[in-house]
Amino acid sequence: MRLTDIAWNNVRRRWGKVTLVALGLAIGVATAVALLAITETMRTDVATRLDQYGANIIVVPKAQALTLRYGGLTVSSAAYDVGQLTMADARRIRTIRNAANVSVVAPKLLGVMEMQGQQVLVAGVDFPEELRLKGWWDLRGNAPQGSDQLVAGARLAEHAGLKPGSTVVLRVPAPPQQTATLAGGKAASAAGQQFQVAGVLAENGSADDDLLFVDLGAVQKLLGRPDAVSLIEVSALCIACPIEDMVTQIGEALPQARVTALRQAVTLRMETAGQLERFAWALSAVVLAIGALVVFTTMLGAVAERQAEIGVFRAIGFRQSHIARIILTEAAAVSIAGGLVGWAGGMVAATILAPAFVQVSGPPVWDPGLALGAIGAAVAVGLLASLYPAWRAARLDPCTALRSL
Amino acid sequence: MIQLSDVTKEYRNDGIAVVALRGVTLNVAEGEFVALVGPSGSGKSTLLTILGVMNPPTAGAVAIDGIDVYGLSPERQADFRHEYVGFVFQQLHLIPYLSALENVLLPLAVARLGQREKVRRATEMLARMGLAGKERRLPGQLSGGEQGRVAVARALVNDPPLLLADEPTGNLDSTTGEQVLALFRELHQQGQTIVMVTHNPKAATCADRVVHLLDGQIAQEAQPQAPGESPQCA
Repeated sequence: MRLTDIAWNNVRRRWGKVTLVALGLAIGVATAVALLAITETMRTDVATRLDQYGANIIVVPKAQALTLRYGGLTVSSAAYDVGQLTMADARRIRTIRNAANVSVVAPKLLGVMEMQGQQVLVAGVDFPEELRLKGWWDLRGNAPQGSDQLVAGARLAEHAGLKPGSTVVLRVPAPPQQTATLAGGKAASAAGQQFQVAGVLAENGSADDDLLFVDLGAVQKLLGRPDAVSLIEVSALCIACPIEDMVTQIGEALPQARVTALRQAVTLRMETAGQLERFAWALSAVVLAIGALVVFTTMLGAVAERQAEIGVFRAIGFRQSHIARIILTEAAAVSIAGGLVGWAGGMVAATILAPAFVQVSGPPVWDPGLALGAIGAAVAVGLLASLYPAWRAARLDPCTALRSL
Repeated sequence: MIQLSDVTKEYRNDGIAVVALRGVTLNVAEGEFVALVGPSGSGKSTLLTILGVMNPPTAGAVAIDGIDVYGLSPERQADFRHEYVGFVFQQLHLIPYLSALENVLLPLAVARLGQREKVRRATEMLARMGLAGKERRLPGQLSGGEQGRVAVARALVNDPPLLLADEPTGNLDSTTGEQVLALFRELHQQGQTIVMVTHNPKAATCADRVVHLLDGQIAQEAQPQAPGESPQCA
């Protein structure tokens, strides 16, 4: 017979109340585990979506010259570039040390062209990469299927009367003197090239509304600048990816380029993930506090019911610390059970519920750290909530306790 | 063995002082069997709990084996009870969900002994009480007399110098009560010091000395003419 035997005997005898305590903790732990597991999944999901939602690194040539503006960014005019970017530079970005974190590399060549007698800003893009980069694009019609198809911005399409299926001819504006100074460029085809409008963008309030998106190769050919790129947009795929490191690595790989991290995008990602996590922690704390309250009231009630028994223990020579140990051993045993059940329940709940919150394909990760944390939290909450009942039990006057019979 | 000097105990009930003991002085020698008798409210149970180091007196001194027991810290008082005192309660207070053996093992739960030694001692004590073979029974599966003997076994398993009993026959039928008293007499003959509270005059005849309490004071001390020879103690 040891103190733990007494505690264990009591747990077996009072299984109804013990189950209530364990259940109170299990529900708290299950909620916390489910919330944290779902949040973690959401965090990854949101981060992945945000990462894919737009560029967070912009690569432009270092040269200073006449400028074109694109999406609030000032881009050096290709015509006056000294150290211009090429397709090889875009490929080189995929070779940096943190290449695994690079989700999208979207090179662009910007230029002014003539369409239906008007000058328009044309962006030559790699459509598969561009479509991944701009997941928010709401496209009426279809995505371009070939190099002779284009996408028109909303305002431009409205102004020029473009619809999916329309055809347009793009040509380099005839007289400007800049064409004569194209750096190493070939003369542009005055005849131009015919394109079909595959899709028209819904208005999104960005520079895209006034642009024509054309196949990069076609634009390079039209402008007589094969292989040239005005800027490269890069999307890094991670939650806390070392953006600054990646900026440095890309800068080293492309010494002629100016590499800029869009801090706002990174900060937004981190904030969104952080807010989700804070919400989960706060809610978990509330539910665990309710669990603690269940433990507290049940244990306090149990101590009151066991007064006579505690009186006998004290009369036969149990110290106050022995009584407290019995109560806390019971609380710890019940808490471990509650923690285990809660963790398992929480993970099952997360597996079932996660798809309703996030569009993830896989189940939440079964993290042993979370299991240990859940059991640890249950034991901590159970013991904390039992401290006062244990103290009360230990302080019971044996005479009063025995008289209570 | 026990020296009580001018012990007074006052309780406060809703601010009103109730005096349970008034200047009681009592000595109990080692190996003596003393019965405390008196009407309800005479202070006999209070006196027993004071002897059991569970109820500090308001005034006066209590020494057991020369130790000022109420000068000890609460935890040391618990240790003292564990080492020196065995209790047999009026309602026996066996733990209903523990077997006879486990009930007897209870005081040993906080003893620094190996598990085997604990079980050996408890089994031996049960056998001494005539309960061999009934170790695994729950209190509810034992007769009243057997339960009484389990309670005595639990009180003695630690081999305490002092056995205190609070109306041990109070809730038992006459046959079972007699069995418990006979057991006390036998223990006393083996040298056990016993202080027993009883309101049963016949039970008191088992003791060497009968202390009569009245209104919290010792009214009379007497020695039965033939201690232990009454039919109840046979």
